[in-house]
Amino acid sequence: MSILVIAEHDNSALKAATLNTVAAAARLGGDIHVLLAGSGCGAAAAAAAQLAGVSKVKVADAACYADMSAENMSTLVVAQAAGYSHILAPSTSFGKNLAPRVAALLDVAQISDIIEVVSADTFVRPIYAGNALATVQSVDAVKVITVRTTAFDPVGQGGSAAVESIAAGADQGLSKLVGRELTKSARPELGAAGTIVSGGRGLGNGENYHKLLEPLADKLGAALGASRAAVDAGFVPNDYQVGQTGKIVAPQLYIAIGISGAIQHLAGMKDSKVIVAINKDPDAPIFQVADYGLVGDLFQLVPELTAAL
Amino acid sequence: MKVLVPVKRVIDYNVKVRVKADGTDVDLANVKMSMNPFDEIAVEEAVRMKEGGKATEVVVVSCGATACQETLRAALALGADRAILVESDVALQPLAVAKLLKAVVAKEAPGMVVCGKQAIDDDSNQVGQMLAALLGWPQATFASKVTLGDNNVTVTREIDGGLETLELKLPAVVTTDLRLNEPRYATLPNIMKAKKKPLETLKPDALGVDVTPRLKTLKVAEPPKRAGGVKVADVAQLVDKLKNEAKVLG
Repeated sequence: MSILVIAEHDNSALKAATLNTVAAAARLGGDIHVLLAGSGCGAAAAAAAQLAGVSKVKVADAACYADMSAENMSTLVVAQAAGYSHILAPSTSFGKNLAPRVAALLDVAQISDIIEVVSADTFVRPIYAGNALATVQSVDAVKVITVRTTAFDPVGQGGSAAVESIAAGADQGLSKLVGRELTKSARPELGAAGTIVSGGRGLGNGENYHKLLEPLADKLGAALGASRAAVDAGFVPNDYQVGQTGKIVAPQLYIAIGISGAIQHLAGMKDSKVIVAINKDPDAPIFQVADYGLVGDLFQLVPELTAAL
Repeated sequence: MKVLVPVKRVIDYNVKVRVKADGTDVDLANVKMSMNPFDEIAVEEAVRMKEGGKATEVVVVSCGATACQETLRAALALGADRAILVESDVALQPLAVAKLLKAVVAKEAPGMVVCGKQAIDDDSNQVGQMLAALLGWPQATFASKVTLGDNNVTVTREIDGGLETLELKLPAVVTTDLRLNEPRYATLPNIMKAKKKPLETLKPDALGVDVTPRLKTLKVAEPPKRAGGVKVADVAQLVDKLKNEAKVLG
């Protein structure tokens, strides 16, 4: 049995999600190969070769993969698919965009967002925003899977896989990247952070969000997140959103400040190891999942907490 | 240009989902059903394209049981022109839906398909991408802004870490994210008018599509409950607990 993991990277480095995806592949048992496509992506390929458990890295280095479009990437994956029983990608915006395209071209179902490997053909995945867990069995010859990264601890280093160049496919010419606006931040990435400080509508406005939460996040070395209400109100950009339709996170410590705890927010953070909630409403649903709840005025408590650390 | 919008009938987003006692599925008996919220955004976007003079006709399509007619009528009340029901009693999975939609696209020849990024029942997030692959069309998933040109469409997408803007050749598939627009409410006169708009029914067999499920659901279970913890009195006690009890602070 051979497994192909599609690497997510930015040409110079692997994205953390790739390490979680390889970890899910390791649960399946079998030979793990990584497919990495990009442009000038030698450094990322070298990093993939060092991942524990990986025996081969297949690299397609060509201009048509510079933007990693689903159109060009999917035909490359399909061309490489022969001989693999499983094709895995992280359940990130990159993987979610690409994997269904691969599955359709192979005429197989996709198993989305798995949180557990039961056996080679059976997996557990959340449905209804995590309000139920379905155990599903695939009858297809090839299993195309996206992996919920927070459900699998990342693999370590220590591998020494062979790196093999593979032929690039033709540029489909269907879509063109106009530009990317990526949030520049010295903070850890939300999806991979050990600690997250997250703010909600209780902060009142964007100015308060930054004034109160940034010093706390700085002290903790934390990533910053937000509820959908805070994002919709324009406090912070879209990519801060934690929840069913935003990022699914599971840090060691999640501090929810001024967040009431709507179901769709809880769906995105309830697997955190320790949850702290600070809210003025003692009946807020967030306290039902919080390990430690502090009821009171966040405008007073947050600076106090920052000073106490 | 004709715009095709697939819509799905799902459990209403306000309903608290319960797992059946026998662990076979969630309980859908006597539960309020509605249009998938992301599909509502897709209908709104297509209707705005028509109102802006960019689209000539908005056709909505739903694949599923007879009751999906209600969902189609709801879309017609939001401003779609006509509806197609691909009727099937089989529980349709994303690949089957994508194949049915491909057959509908072959019949209707739309210049664009706009659909929700995912349905809030099975949370698969697959159909738009699969349809684009089967048609050999470009795709832009998770759209937060869509601008139609003559032969192309420019789409801003929500990606991890920020935003990305793509220019796609038409025809193309676009899937909607939450912030693309705020769908309107259907007015009573429009709900009445929707009842008279055309609704055509097709069968998977007639479209030549095999809809046999590829995934078997063995079990549906409640997720493990997270026990609520304790309320602490003040910041000092919180810091103490985090350091000495939870051991998440150094």
